[in-house]
Amino acid sequence: MRVPSSWLREYCDPELAADELAALLALRSTEVERISHVGPPAADGFVIGKVASVERHPDADRLSVCEVDTGGETRTIVCGAPNVAAGQTVAVALPGATMPGGQKLGQAKLRGVVSDGMILSEAELEIGDDAAGIIELLPAASSATRPGAAGLAPGTPLSEVLAIPESVLELEVNSNRVDCFGVYGVAREVHAVTAAPLADPPWSEDAEATGEGTAADYASVRVEVPELCPRFTARVFTEVEVGPSPPWLKARLMAAGQRPINNVVDVTNYVMLLTAQPLHAFDLDKVPGGELIVRAARDSETMTTLDGAERELDAETVLVGDRDGPSAIAGIMGGQVSEVSEATTRVLLEVATWNGVNILRTSRKLGLRSDASNRFEKQLHPELAIRAQRIASRLLVETCGARLVPQTIDAVAAIPERHRPRLRAGRAAELLGMAIETDRAATYLERLGFGVEREGDDLVAEVPVDRHHDVSREVDLVEEVGRIHGYDEHLPATLPGSAGQAGRLSREQTLRRRAEDLVRDLGFDAVTTLSLTDPGMPGRLRIGSGDAPGAPIRVSNPLSIEHSELRTTLLGTLLDAARYNLAHGAERVALFESGRAYLAHGGSKFGGVAAGEFAGDRPAAAYEPHRIACIAVGALRSSSWQAESRRGDFFALKGALEGLAQGLGTPLSVEPGTEPFLHPGRAGSVLVDGEAAGWIGELHPLVCRAWDLEQAAGFEVDLAALVAVSPYGGESYDDVISYPAVHQDVAVVVAEDVSAARVRSAVLEGGGELLRSAEVFDVYRGDQLGEGRKSLALGLEFRAADRTLTDEEVAERRAAITEALGVIGGTLRE
Amino acid sequence: MVERIEELRRGAEAEISSASDLDALETLRVRHLGRKAELTMILRGIRDLPAEERGRAGAAGNEARQALEALLDARRAALEAADLDEHLASDAIDVTLPGSPSLRPGARNLLARTLREIEDVFIGLGYRVMEGPEVELDFYNFTALNHPPGHPARMAQDTFYVDPATLRSDLRIDADPATPGREAENAGGGDSAPRLGTQGAAAAGLLPPGPEDVVLRTHTSPMQVRAMEAQQPPIFIVVPGRCYRSDPFDATHSPMFHQIEGLAVGEGITLADLKGTLDEFARAIFGPERQTRFRPGFFPFTEPSVEVDVSCFACGGSGRLPGGPRDPLCKGTGWIEILGSGMVDPNVFGFVRERGYDADRVRGFAFGMGIERIAMLKHGVPDLRKFFENDVRVLGQFS
Repeated sequence: MRVPSSWLREYCDPELAADELAALLALRSTEVERISHVGPPAADGFVIGKVASVERHPDADRLSVCEVDTGGETRTIVCGAPNVAAGQTVAVALPGATMPGGQKLGQAKLRGVVSDGMILSEAELEIGDDAAGIIELLPAASSATRPGAAGLAPGTPLSEVLAIPESVLELEVNSNRVDCFGVYGVAREVHAVTAAPLADPPWSEDAEATGEGTAADYASVRVEVPELCPRFTARVFTEVEVGPSPPWLKARLMAAGQRPINNVVDVTNYVMLLTAQPLHAFDLDKVPGGELIVRAARDSETMTTLDGAERELDAETVLVGDRDGPSAIAGIMGGQVSEVSEATTRVLLEVATWNGVNILRTSRKLGLRSDASNRFEKQLHPELAIRAQRIASRLLVETCGARLVPQTIDAVAAIPERHRPRLRAGRAAELLGMAIETDRAATYLERLGFGVEREGDDLVAEVPVDRHHDVSREVDLVEEVGRIHGYDEHLPATLPGSAGQAGRLSREQTLRRRAEDLVRDLGFDAVTTLSLTDPGMPGRLRIGSGDAPGAPIRVSNPLSIEHSELRTTLLGTLLDAARYNLAHGAERVALFESGRAYLAHGGSKFGGVAAGEFAGDRPAAAYEPHRIACIAVGALRSSSWQAESRRGDFFALKGALEGLAQGLGTPLSVEPGTEPFLHPGRAGSVLVDGEAAGWIGELHPLVCRAWDLEQAAGFEVDLAALVAVSPYGGESYDDVISYPAVHQDVAVVVAEDVSAARVRSAVLEGGGELLRSAEVFDVYRGDQLGEGRKSLALGLEFRAADRTLTDEEVAERRAAITEALGVIGGTLRE
Repeated sequence: MVERIEELRRGAEAEISSASDLDALETLRVRHLGRKAELTMILRGIRDLPAEERGRAGAAGNEARQALEALLDARRAALEAADLDEHLASDAIDVTLPGSPSLRPGARNLLARTLREIEDVFIGLGYRVMEGPEVELDFYNFTALNHPPGHPARMAQDTFYVDPATLRSDLRIDADPATPGREAENAGGGDSAPRLGTQGAAAAGLLPPGPEDVVLRTHTSPMQVRAMEAQQPPIFIVVPGRCYRSDPFDATHSPMFHQIEGLAVGEGITLADLKGTLDEFARAIFGPERQTRFRPGFFPFTEPSVEVDVSCFACGGSGRLPGGPRDPLCKGTGWIEILGSGMVDPNVFGFVRERGYDADRVRGFAFGMGIERIAMLKHGVPDLRKFFENDVRVLGQFS
């Protein structure tokens, strides 16, 4: 909302500089985004002049040499405007004046004639968009059309009739403060925060109705959808002279960011900017029978709006029309059919109240926002309509020579009762933690336009109609008195009483941090990738797409197809990050992300927030498991002058996965897996407590190719599984010191296709309780083993908690191990 | 005899002292103390000497032998030390060559780090950390936060809606025609503005949507009502996480970003408590001298609502840098906007009244801030997109 300072000061002038006022408003009322300036930066050198004579320039057809009275002196000014004429009262810039944009005016020689100043156009003063001709403050032969025009004597500073310099407060008005979409509403805020006097409301006086007959003789209104149109008022004006608006009106509209069109339309815009209530003027002669109908559109009905576009409507769109068809989309934009034009002589002025939700819906649907819809969608109170009618009537009479026909047509459904919330004594202090005396609170509310009554120590405050939809409750009153009192000045800083609990992380959160730190310490850089990906992602990962189970969750209204689906795995966006870095000069990358995947279906037996089990009565809409995922491209550990690099292959990644698991104390195992994005011979499924909890492997060459990578490996595991099985927090002391362990190594010869995991589990099975651990530390293949056989070396640790083991006991276990190995075709190698 | 012993001793001492290596020293040991050495012979012949000479000669001989042995040991130690020094000197390396890399720890993520820092501040103040779903019901994201269907504030947050066809079939939740929160306070002064039925509106591509729709959460605030459904007051929580809005990428916007929400509800909590809490936060994150400033704001789920500024840490709040130029960080105002907050609106409590949240008995405050913004301000990151580029040269700057 652009609020020209001069306009604001007409209603409340705190005698503060614009920046001081802006700072105060920001702290107590409404944020001021910036202060801008229109027109000349200073008033010096701008005066009113009267053109005494005009002669053709001797050497230029299009220039005139004018003698202009600028008060006590006559100066020669060369002017290029075609409309300059003797007798006009004009705006003059004298040499030394600074023009908008900062250029300083000097004496200029134009084709041999010295021009001692400049006669100004609207555009040059930034008070209008007419650059072709000069402004006529008064035409060559006319009397004043506006009170005060008598003060346009030559030599009068221009700043007495036009706002020079003009600063504009650009307010960032919150959507609850529809009152501040009008200058008078802002003035009331200024009054409240500064206590500077507030002028009477501009609607306090109505125009005199001098027209013939009554409005009903000219027009009628039928509202078919009263629930969407709580009020529709109309007044009729005759003998309207449509033409350009006077300079002061144009100047205000320009400063407020509104292009002047003609005096009738300008008046409607002016009143909207003043009161926040939009208005619409119809050419009454273009409304057949003067009969206006407010109705819902038919599905697929079309109409052409003022901007020249043909719009297709639906049954929830409300139209203002006549018996021949629609002439305006209610509350949003008028149509061309009944537009006010030069030829218009009779005007029907509509001021209506619309259903805000409906206006919002329609304007979104049509992609059509206007200054009117922006106000209507915030829901206006029906009382505002009459205010706007009163102001507009006076201005139409003053600036368009119109005659107001008696009677206001008023189709009103129901006017909501005014809110009268009670502010209990002490309630503000209870909520804010700062005391505000009742008298003070009453004063603040009165300044804000509330009707305040005292009941004991309580205040009962009748809410002004333009705050009706913002303030209805005690708590709303507390906000009003609190902000005007000033949080910045008066609000103490205290801390709440005890929370009744110790602040701490949950076990899961503690372990999640631990997991993230572990992976980082294992050499992976932490990244944050977008959860939104493109529909091609599953295909590039060879997951397949479409309606398969596990298909991504889609956004109905994405900004771009690139970010239209939620990721189902962290792998794709990690690969994106890897490719980015390799393309930007990195030779190798090792990245990890701790974050969620998003699936329509699924769940985890491990439970917890990391398995998407969130607080709240209604279940989550999707399954959002938290995962830890790593990828490595190139060396995981870089080479040096001394050592070879360690390639990020399957086993390097498995080492990292084991490091992560070990750091959390979580046992996990890897079995051959089948993820479509993995190398089929180098793919593992991660098992925790027998449950699938992720994948590990080298990426499929086709996936690598899709990301321009030569080779990559990675893993992705569910945090819930790692956390659930971790002994963290429940560990108890195990006596590993009193009785020594027996360490033995064994070599097991098995067929090539027997996995290390099977060998190990056979060994553990045979070893029984006394065998505390069995770890593979070597793999050997050689001629003496025979074709298709391999030898695995395992380190064994036997121990009992209550005694030192005897050689016989260990030998017995070895025999059992040999037997267990026999089942899988393995033998112990001596 | 004694004279001969002394003579032998002096000779041997001179030779041992000047022995230049361990081999020479061994030769000298054999020569002077070996089985055939003269001194050994003399000592062996002592018993044959006359009784009056035996004592003196024996003492002198033994003394000489011990002295020579001690001298030999000392000389050996000296020669060995010299040998070792020489050996070590030849074993030197170029200490300026780079070290052999151990596993290089990965980079920390600035966003994750900032988030932990903020979490830890509030943990210290007695808060717990909760997390909620990102694919969220409109009910929690809007309706229960006092954004009734059609409320313009719903439109202010450009929301991503989820295509219901891609969700579980059982998920659709019937629209709740009553919005219980509206009556939480001032039951008499009901809002008489007519409202449209909106069931299925978003699915049909017509906004505004209703509480049955599913969105990507536009803020971390939906966890407020979820948490209060699950826990009676008092409740002190922070809720970090990803949020989504259909804002195109630019220097300060991204369709995905991170927020952290705070919610404190109990008896006797005031707006002044919010100020004290945020002052503590500002000092912990931005430095000990910082303070906050409240300005009026608007959020449908808080009343009063405030925008919170922190005093600028670049200029110290003066708006001017040393030497006089205007501080670009705070644009010369001395203050930087960091978050929005306020007192929990009674209408929000209306949705959890049966859980012990009676607006007449408990009060609370809530706040929400963007993690990216905090990290950008604190570390001079010029562009929000940098957080999602994941350039390892940038990642490595934060440890």
